[in-house]
Amino acid sequence: MKRHLISAGDLSRADALLILDTAEELAILSDRPIKKLPTLRGRTVVNLFFEDSTRTRISFEAAAKRLSADVINFSAKGSSVAKGESLKDTALTLEAMGADAVVIRHSASGAPHRLASWVKGSVVNAGDGTHEHPTQALLDAFTIRRRLKGLGGAATRGEGLDGIRVTIVGDVLHGRVARSNVLLLSALGAEVTLAAPPTLLPLAVGSWPCSVSYDLDSELPKSDVVMMLRVQRERMTAAYFPSVREYSRRYGLDKARMARLPEHAIVMHPGPMNRGVEIAAEVADSARSTIVEQVANGVTIRMAVLYLLLGGTEFPEVTQ
Amino acid sequence: MCAARNPVAGRDGLAVLDAEEIRRALTRIAHEILERTHGGGEIILLGIPTRGVPLARRLAALIGEFEGLEVPCGSLDVTMHRDDLRLRPARALGRTDLPAAGIDGKTVVLVDDVLYSGRTVRAALDALTDFGRPRAVQLAVLVDRGHRELPIRADYVGKNLPTSQREVVHVLLAEVDDTDAVLIEDGGQP
Repeated sequence: MKRHLISAGDLSRADALLILDTAEELAILSDRPIKKLPTLRGRTVVNLFFEDSTRTRISFEAAAKRLSADVINFSAKGSSVAKGESLKDTALTLEAMGADAVVIRHSASGAPHRLASWVKGSVVNAGDGTHEHPTQALLDAFTIRRRLKGLGGAATRGEGLDGIRVTIVGDVLHGRVARSNVLLLSALGAEVTLAAPPTLLPLAVGSWPCSVSYDLDSELPKSDVVMMLRVQRERMTAAYFPSVREYSRRYGLDKARMARLPEHAIVMHPGPMNRGVEIAAEVADSARSTIVEQVANGVTIRMAVLYLLLGGTEFPEVTQ
Repeated sequence: MCAARNPVAGRDGLAVLDAEEIRRALTRIAHEILERTHGGGEIILLGIPTRGVPLARRLAALIGEFEGLEVPCGSLDVTMHRDDLRLRPARALGRTDLPAAGIDGKTVVLVDDVLYSGRTVRAALDALTDFGRPRAVQLAVLVDRGHRELPIRADYVGKNLPTSQREVVHVLLAEVDDTDAVLIEDGGQP
């Protein structure tokens, strides 16, 4: 493991499996009377959120608290950032307070990378602009492995996602989740296909380790996993498709489309959902949907990441 | 005891227990557990990964053989409770698998391969507290090599093995290492 978690692309297959296996062992914590471990006692984790987020921030907070770390929540609203403080000055302030890890979400792609050069502690990317969201990809991989490779336990240890076909549908251009997932899932051996209108695919998609399709219906029968992405209207500055209704008709997952999936296939969504746009309510609430499971797995996977980054020697410079 | 260089594959060292001796030691410990717990009615055997787990299973099987009891048996990973985590890079976790009935009011027998500094057992005691409140906790080890750093002692010992701190004790078990043996190796550095 490296000192920071900035991009899913930094993780080798072995690193990713170590995180998943660690999470597998931590998952039993939720069945225990005392859902807390003493491992990170005395360590400080700062949640530095420059962008609105509910589940990711709460998830990181719960993960750090379950490992007994002290958590400082920092949101740009109501802080000195509102008065014009720069990221660097904010970082130096946190540094002076002795943060062992900084979990950062920022609207600018690359902000965590810059931050990593200013602070001594570990930096965990919790979503930067349209770039990456590595812990989301890890929790998705964890959910896929648990659902499709046997329900957890020692049996899945060390197992990748080899042979699993994942179709990621929707707004790849504005979605950091898609990039992280493509990098991580393909490193774990899955075959990833992006299904989206051409306007919502980034230019460089040809260099990604995945295939691309403009036709969702032809991909569905051969998918083990369908991952629906949110249509990020807040990031859209131009007309990427004629109307929401048309998008929904061509790329939304409704009951009829779900019926074309193989029997065992699962439906994922990183949340928050636009019900009726990219995913129909009856699909989101069906037994195939892993949406609630993904949230629960999010806490577990973030515990694993924090443990692996902070649990050992202060500066594990040497990767394993 | 055979004092020849050990032929066990891949491991260099002096064999201090062979498979037969390990079996006898475990048989004795199983009897002692039954004796001390008055028939073993309310006990749970918890192995500490890695090699404590197969040892706990073997003890459970032996107790089952002697008394016809089905003794609950599980594993308890103590990594997250260790006091030396910050001395090394973060390590992979072992499996924790406790019997569904829980440990409240039961006599928990912790099982490990080697008792050395006592720090692992300290971590295990801490880990247990998070799962419930056992009536009593006891400790069974295959080898006690001395050099305790904490006020901890074992209730059941397979073999007391006076060692120097330079030496390394390897316990090999068929479930993990394809063979049963206890070896002492000169580690070279203190």
